[in-house]
Amino acid sequence: MTEESPDTQPQSHEQWRRDYWRGNLRLMVVLLTIWFVVSFGFGILLAEPLNAITVFGFPLGFWFAQQGSIYVFLVLILVYAIRMDRLDDKFGVSERDENGDRL
Amino acid sequence: MSEIQLWTTIFIVLTFALYIVIAWRSRVSETEGFYVAGHGIPTVANGAAVAADWMSAASFISMAGLVAFLGSDGSIYLMGWTGGFVLLAMLIAPYLRKWGKFTVPEFVGDRYSEAVRTIAAAAAIIISFTYVVGQMNGGGIVFSRFLGLDITGGVLVAAAVIFIYSVLGGMKGITWTQVAQYTVLIIAYLIPAVAVAQLITGFPIPQLSFGQILGELNSVGAQMGLNEYTQAFTERPMVDVFLVALTLMIGTAGLPHVIIRFYTTKTVRGARYSAFWALFFIALLYTTAPAVGAFTKLNLMEGVRGRAVDQLPDWVQNWANTGLVEVAPGVERIGSISNDAEAGADLTINNDILVLASPEIAGLPAPIIGLVAAGGMAAALSTAAGLLLVISSSVSHDFYFRRIRKSASDRERLLVGRIAMGGAVIVAVIAGINPPAFVAQVVAFAFGLAASSFFPAIVLGIFWKRCNAIGAASGIVAGLALTITYMLYTLDVFGLQEHDHILDISPEAIGAIGALVNFVVAIVVSKLTAPPPVHLSEMVENLRYPGKRGQKPAATPEGG
Repeated sequence: MTEESPDTQPQSHEQWRRDYWRGNLRLMVVLLTIWFVVSFGFGILLAEPLNAITVFGFPLGFWFAQQGSIYVFLVLILVYAIRMDRLDDKFGVSERDENGDRL
Repeated sequence: MSEIQLWTTIFIVLTFALYIVIAWRSRVSETEGFYVAGHGIPTVANGAAVAADWMSAASFISMAGLVAFLGSDGSIYLMGWTGGFVLLAMLIAPYLRKWGKFTVPEFVGDRYSEAVRTIAAAAAIIISFTYVVGQMNGGGIVFSRFLGLDITGGVLVAAAVIFIYSVLGGMKGITWTQVAQYTVLIIAYLIPAVAVAQLITGFPIPQLSFGQILGELNSVGAQMGLNEYTQAFTERPMVDVFLVALTLMIGTAGLPHVIIRFYTTKTVRGARYSAFWALFFIALLYTTAPAVGAFTKLNLMEGVRGRAVDQLPDWVQNWANTGLVEVAPGVERIGSISNDAEAGADLTINNDILVLASPEIAGLPAPIIGLVAAGGMAAALSTAAGLLLVISSSVSHDFYFRRIRKSASDRERLLVGRIAMGGAVIVAVIAGINPPAFVAQVVAFAFGLAASSFFPAIVLGIFWKRCNAIGAASGIVAGLALTITYMLYTLDVFGLQEHDHILDISPEAIGAIGALVNFVVAIVVSKLTAPPPVHLSEMVENLRYPGKRGQKPAATPEGG
C-alpha cells in the first residue's frame, strides 16, 4: 500500500477498512453465539431437561445432539457466506474481473 | 469364492480403475499444481473433496458403531466432527486462501518466524502420520474380511493405488480422485441405510424414521444389560462430553490436511462456499450415521437375543473369523451384549463392524455388501492421500527447501515433492502393516494435538495483529506440553502408568484446555514483548479483504 502521513487524510482512507472489519466481526459473533447455544447449550448443557419433550419419537435434547445441531451448523455457514458476499460488495472488495463479473 | 467376495472384488476393481484413470488425466507438471492444484478447483467439487478428505475410515467404518454403543453420548463425535466446520469457515479458511501459498506451516512461518514454522512443520508431520496409519489399517480390515487377503496384502494393494495417483497428480490428482471417492462412499453409505430404514419402519428417510425405534431400543437394550439409549451422560460425565465435543471441533479446524484443502479454491469467496458444500456433503453421512447405528443395533440385538449359540445368524460366524465378534466361552444362550471385551457379556461386538456388517445383519443382497466394502476403501484411501500430501509438503517444502536448499528450480521442487510423497507412502505401509502399539490409542488424540497447537496460533495470527512470534511460539509449546503431559498421565502408553482422570476430564478432552492455555500464554507473552514489525501488520491487514478496493458488480454500479 502507499505510505500515508498521519495528518493528511487517513480518516477516510482507513475508515472503510475499520467499518468492513467491524461488520465482519459482528456477523461472526452473532453466528458463533447461535453455534454455541444450539450445540453446547441444547445438545449438552440443557439436554436432560429438553429430553422430557418428545417429537416424532425423538427426545428433544437427543435430537439436537445427534441431528439438529448439524442442520443448524450448515445453515450458519450458508448465512455467513451470503452475508459476506453482500458486505464485500458494499465495500467494493469482492473478487471480480474487469467486467465486474465474479471470478 | 463366495458371492459376497465376487461382488466385493468387482466393486473394488472398478473403483480402483476409476481412480487411476482420473489420476492419469489430472497429472501435473508444476509445483503449484502439485501442492495446491493450481488454485483452480471449482467450489462444489472442492466441497466434495474436503468431505472425502475429512471423512476417514473412522467416519465410515467406526462412527455409527461408536454411536450405537455410546447411545446419546455418541453425539460428541457427531457434533464434534461437524461443528468444527463452522469455525473453519468463519475463522480460518477464507483468510488462509487470501494469503494463498502452499502449506500451513508456511503461513505460520510468514506470519511469525522461521522457528515457529519449523515447530509447526514437525507438528504437522506427527499429527498426519499418526492419522495415516489408522487409514492404512482400516483399508486392511476391509480387504481381510471381504476378500480373504491378509492385512499385509490389503495394505500393499491400497498403498499401490494411493502411490500411483498421489505421486502422479499431487494435489490435483488427489482432489479429483477425492471427488470420485466421495461419490462412491456416500452411495455406499446411503443405499443400505435407506434400505434398512424402509425394512424396519416402512419409511425410507433414516434421519426422520429412526425416532420411531428409539423407545424399542431403550427397552430391548435394558433387557440385554445396556444403558438406556437416549439417556444423556450415561457413558461420560457432562463436563467431559462438553470438552470432548469442543476439542474435536477446534481440532477439526486446526488439522493441516483439512485446512490445505481450502487453498485449492479459485477465490476467497470460493473458500467460504466450499466450507458450506463440504459440511453439506459431510452432513449427508453424519446425519445418517446415528440412524444406521440405531437400526443396526436393534437388528443385531433382536437377531441374537435369547438364541442358542449354535443357532446364531451367519454373520456372527463370518465376523468371528476376523476376531471382531466373539461369543464368550461356555455360553449357551445369548443374554447380554457389549462392545467391551472386559465387560464379561455373552456376545462381544467390535464397534468397527456395525457399518460393514449392517447389510448382512439386515439380510440385504450381496452386491450391496460389496458396495459397502468399496465405500470403506474409498473413505480410507481419500483421507490417507490428503494426509500423505501434508507429510510430503512439510518435508519437502517446509524443511528441505527452507533449511537445506534454498535456491531450487521448479523442476527440482516437483521432483523432491514426488520423492517425499513416495517415501511417505512407504513409511505408511510399514506402519500400517505393523502398527506401533501406541498408534491405535494416539490416533484419537491427533485432534487434541491439533487443537492445542495450530488453531490458536492461526486464529490469533489473523484476528490479532499484536500477536508476535515469541508469543505464538510460547503458546504452542505451552498448549502442546499441557496436552501431551495429561495424555501421558492418564493413558497406559510407552509403558507408563495410567492415572485417574482429574475433574472427570478424559484424555480425549484435554485438547480444549490445551487450546485455552495456548491462547492465554500467547496473549500474555505478546503483550509483554515488542509488537511485531510493521510489514507483518500489513500482511495481516491484507488477509482481511478478499479483493482490491473499488470492485463493482457488473449490473449495479454504485459509488464507493
